[in-house]
Amino acid sequence: MDPFVSHTGVVVPLDRANVDTDQIIPKQFLKSIRRTGFGDNLFDAWRYLDEGDIGMNANERRINHDFVLNAPRFADGSILLARDNFGCGSSREHAVWALAEYGFRCVIAPSFADIFFTNALKNGLLLVVLAESQIDAVFSAVATTVGFSLTVDLRAQRIDGDAFHATFDIEPERKRLLLEGMDDIGLTMRHADAIRAFETAHRERQPWVFREGG
Amino acid sequence: MAGRTVYDKIWDAHAVAERDDGLTILYIDRHLLHEVTSPQAFEGLALAGRHPWRRDANLATPDHNVPTTNRAAGIDGIDDPVARTQVVTLDENCKRFAIEQFEMTDVRQGIVHVIGPEQGATLPGMTIVCGDSHTSTHGAFAALAHGIGTSEVEHVLATQCLVQRKSRNMRIVADGDLGAGVGAKDLILAIIGAIGTAGATGHAVEYAGSAVRALSMEARMTLCNMSVEAGGRAGLVAVDDTTIDYVHGRPFAPVGALWDRAEEYWRGLKSDDDASFDREVHLDASQIVPQVTWGTSPELVLGIDETVPAPEAFDDPAKRELCERALDYMDLVPGTAMTDVAVDRVFIGSCTNGRIEDFRAAAAVLDGRKVADSVTQALAVPGSGLVKQQAEAEGLDAIFKAAGFEWRDPGCSMCLAMNEDRLYPRERSAATSNRNFEGRQGYLGRTHLVSPAMAAAAAVAGHFADVREF
Repeated sequence: MDPFVSHTGVVVPLDRANVDTDQIIPKQFLKSIRRTGFGDNLFDAWRYLDEGDIGMNANERRINHDFVLNAPRFADGSILLARDNFGCGSSREHAVWALAEYGFRCVIAPSFADIFFTNALKNGLLLVVLAESQIDAVFSAVATTVGFSLTVDLRAQRIDGDAFHATFDIEPERKRLLLEGMDDIGLTMRHADAIRAFETAHRERQPWVFREGG
Repeated sequence: MAGRTVYDKIWDAHAVAERDDGLTILYIDRHLLHEVTSPQAFEGLALAGRHPWRRDANLATPDHNVPTTNRAAGIDGIDDPVARTQVVTLDENCKRFAIEQFEMTDVRQGIVHVIGPEQGATLPGMTIVCGDSHTSTHGAFAALAHGIGTSEVEHVLATQCLVQRKSRNMRIVADGDLGAGVGAKDLILAIIGAIGTAGATGHAVEYAGSAVRALSMEARMTLCNMSVEAGGRAGLVAVDDTTIDYVHGRPFAPVGALWDRAEEYWRGLKSDDDASFDREVHLDASQIVPQVTWGTSPELVLGIDETVPAPEAFDDPAKRELCERALDYMDLVPGTAMTDVAVDRVFIGSCTNGRIEDFRAAAAVLDGRKVADSVTQALAVPGSGLVKQQAEAEGLDAIFKAAGFEWRDPGCSMCLAMNEDRLYPRERSAATSNRNFEGRQGYLGRTHLVSPAMAAAAAVAGHFADVREF
């Protein structure tokens, strides 16, 4: 996983609540057995006017110019600004892969769905929770300032831009994981002895959990 | 010691260690796998030179993109080459890593959340995960069950553990009796309508109260299944006789002396009287009428006797905007009676409502009746090969077919339309599945979530109808 330390980028405003993972990456793209190739299909049904399918050439598709991602001023955007309950619905990690591959490094919203939150962390996508009033302030700034950008400093837990300054909370362990881009499995493997010991005791206590030949 | 909730008890029984950073390494008893969210996890495992920690914890089956026709042809029956590759990849990975799989042509194949309980692979007190958000279904057995992403699938394969922060405890108490024609689907939709689609975010939800105690295991699965639509990763129901009776005799369940030991332990899986909950919600189940969603989020739900709301009905500006968008996408006009909304396709199935009791409930409505001519297609898709077999033994397939339904092979089917079963642009469905998001059942398709009985009623009437009048 790539570490996240600090990032400066243009803010893309997606002014909708309850953006679900079916919208972030529609199901037809989930048939892929790879971790890559989802960026062109991020928000597919909103971004294009035709029905998308796996393997289509994005350059030959009909663009929905009314959708915010297609506005030239947001073409290089890398910080997504959203509303409540972003990432609700399906557990598909493809949603995070699509956001990251498109170029988003950070999503800012008042709240996120639980599974999406965990998935983002595993892929170096920083999710920042800010209060509704702060979110409103950023939406206003984006509306009035072309190219409005923010600097997200994870180490300092600060977000700064023109006339906008905020701090954000993040659990220390999540912060460390992101800063160092650590391999989660490797970390847990350090506890292999404890897991083995637990398993032996668990097998004594609840043998019915284990099937023969395991 | 302060009283503990069911969630606390299962958590405590699986906590391996607390890391320096305060997160818990939680042991996972059962891991269910399917073709869509596992290939990248297996690939990661292989690339790192790792192997599954405990093979017998895993059980796999293809469900999301298998076709629901011509099952005997097996993998050759999948026309879509990309979908076929995904199912073949699951086969290859299960063989390579020696993981038990119910392959496409196995009668035990089905939707992961149907086959786990059916096989007794889901047992009370277990920790159960799967790369699918509806893993919350298994909480009906007082198991701690939730969906995970693909990175966590790989993590569980490699370490038999997840790194977790404990959720808060929430209890939803539904007292009173559900009326005739009102079931678990109506109960959970009413709950989501009341608390909202993020109402349980960050919480493990325990469902309690006399209305919940009165539910069958299958109905409890329907209830827990949609916990995630309320924002909760996990939903749970305490163990009682209903739980024990259901589990007894299942293929993976313990037998003999081991059963007796297990039963004694399982019967302790209820919240202590003095357990405290961070949040509690009460509902009067007797007031719930058959539900039908009208919008593009499960919280946008109405009683069948109500009319489509106007944006002005919502005080919160964000809700008002959500309402406007939903009205536009769903092509509905405020003030329209739900019973005046016509449907194009009807889908009965999914991990929410694809079990034998669901097909019995729908068949009871369909018996001696016909699907309306205006309905383009009515699909009945059993949740597993064994559900299909049971339904056929009871003659339910004959009732569905006589009414004009197509009687299909098991899979996720039109719930998420990864296979050929789908809505076409601007078509409207009555569906027993769990999500009415934009495009969920097909590009530009419009989904209304209902119970199996209500879906059958809509199929017969050609529009939404109150099943209590049938």
